[in-house]
Amino acid sequence: MNRLRAWFLAPTWTVVVVLFLAPLAIILGYSFLTRGVYGGITSPWTAESYGRLVDPIYLAILWRSFWIAGASTALCLILGFPLALFISRAGPRKNFYLGLVMLPFWTSFLVRTYAWMFLLRDTGLLNTALQKLGWIHAPLPLLYNDGAVILGLVYGYLPFTVLPLYATLERLDRTLLEAAADLGAKPWATLARVTIPLSAPGIRAGAILVFIPCLGAYLTPDLLGGGKSVMIGNLIQNQFTTARDWPFGAAVSLALMAIVMLLLFAIARGEGESLL
Amino acid sequence: MKPRTAGLALYAAGAFLFLHLPLLILSIFSFNASRFTVWEGFSLRWYSAVLHDSQLTESAVNSLIIAFVATLVSTILGTLCAYGLWKRNSRPLAGSLYLSLVTPEIVTGISLLAFYQWIFRFLRVQLGMHTVILAHVAFSIAYVVIVVIARLRTVDGSLEEAALDLGANEWQAFRFVTLPAILPGVIAAALLAFTVSFDDYVITSLVAGVDSETLPMVIYAIARRGVNPVVNAISALIVVGFGSLVLFSERLRTT
Repeated sequence: MNRLRAWFLAPTWTVVVVLFLAPLAIILGYSFLTRGVYGGITSPWTAESYGRLVDPIYLAILWRSFWIAGASTALCLILGFPLALFISRAGPRKNFYLGLVMLPFWTSFLVRTYAWMFLLRDTGLLNTALQKLGWIHAPLPLLYNDGAVILGLVYGYLPFTVLPLYATLERLDRTLLEAAADLGAKPWATLARVTIPLSAPGIRAGAILVFIPCLGAYLTPDLLGGGKSVMIGNLIQNQFTTARDWPFGAAVSLALMAIVMLLLFAIARGEGESLL
Repeated sequence: MKPRTAGLALYAAGAFLFLHLPLLILSIFSFNASRFTVWEGFSLRWYSAVLHDSQLTESAVNSLIIAFVATLVSTILGTLCAYGLWKRNSRPLAGSLYLSLVTPEIVTGISLLAFYQWIFRFLRVQLGMHTVILAHVAFSIAYVVIVVIARLRTVDGSLEEAALDLGANEWQAFRFVTLPAILPGVIAAALLAFTVSFDDYVITSLVAGVDSETLPMVIYAIARRGVNPVVNAISALIVVGFGSLVLFSERLRTT
């Protein structure tokens, strides 16, 4: 078996090493170099780019990214939990409802983000409708702020919480809920003290699946935040394009990678095997 | 129905509306005769505008070619890899694939860009379709491996042993016993790879050349300038196209 297995793994190993690990290694190298006069990179080797990470301007962007990603994750969990609970109790229609949750995920993320631009902008559907109804006289500033970014992220990643929450709620031992009821617990008490604690694995998995892409989001803050809502992803992109400071962009990228990996190790520990 | 269950059902209905209404409204307004967000009657003018916009049609063709080639390559490589990992796990490879999956797109994109520019010092090549396709293979292969491995876990390994006992060689055991059993998973994986490839903007925009502009890049460029009914029409086409592709594959999977 071993020879066939080696042949089967070799092409993917090549792709992973050449097109993923080697590029990361180059970024690691760049992060310790100096910015060239016209952009690009030059010697000497230095850790200066990492030192700049603690500059208050960049710490503010980091903090903002954490705040936006955290708020989006919390909202996804709060909105996703009742939906997952509903689907887990839906009997034979479960798969249909799961399909309904996943269907938007299969259409373009870009299109879904654009749909909110269409709805929220000054001459968008919501503002036009509210003005026609005479409820407002000037358009509300719905687009290009942190709220719009969080809305876009929640809309984009809600399915990522519903699926793992559904998976744990589905496996939940129903007799425990009956026991709680028999012992006199009100439905809300059962929910708070039995159902939610028992779905902790699903909550953790859903939180990771949403928080990580939100933390590194680029498209949503760019389109819905309109440049006002800069997150880490936009900072990195900016360093490699407009600012042309590759070493610093590389250092920010690696810092982001480090945060993501720390989170994974911290939260996924005790989950047993990783997803693969 | 108990009031609590009814409340939950009501909530679920609201959540489904939240998930689907924005795309539905966008699709409806793609048929609006007016350029503005006021309904003025049914019209196909924006669809006709899509067909007559050479930038949109050319980029759509580019996107289809890129997604098709990248899907073909990553599905084949990823399926072989999943099979190999199913036989015996390799922590370094599985870990690297997992890492590639959680790496923020912007980081994958800029590291590939830096890598390409470094390579180009030695080779006389430029950014173009080939660099985009390679990038797409790189980021979609992990999706394929995950989906196919999930399917392999449902396969009874003793079937292959039986085939080997009956004189099949290892390749034949894979080709005629296990591969047919995991084919629905392979198709699902290909579909996922196609979707993530066709939709990608962040990585593509960084590694694309002048001749390899993709549909998401054009949509993005228009969206940054504001809302344009032509994008409503193309969005509706994408939603309907991918929606029916998924429904079709779902039917394929369950039959």
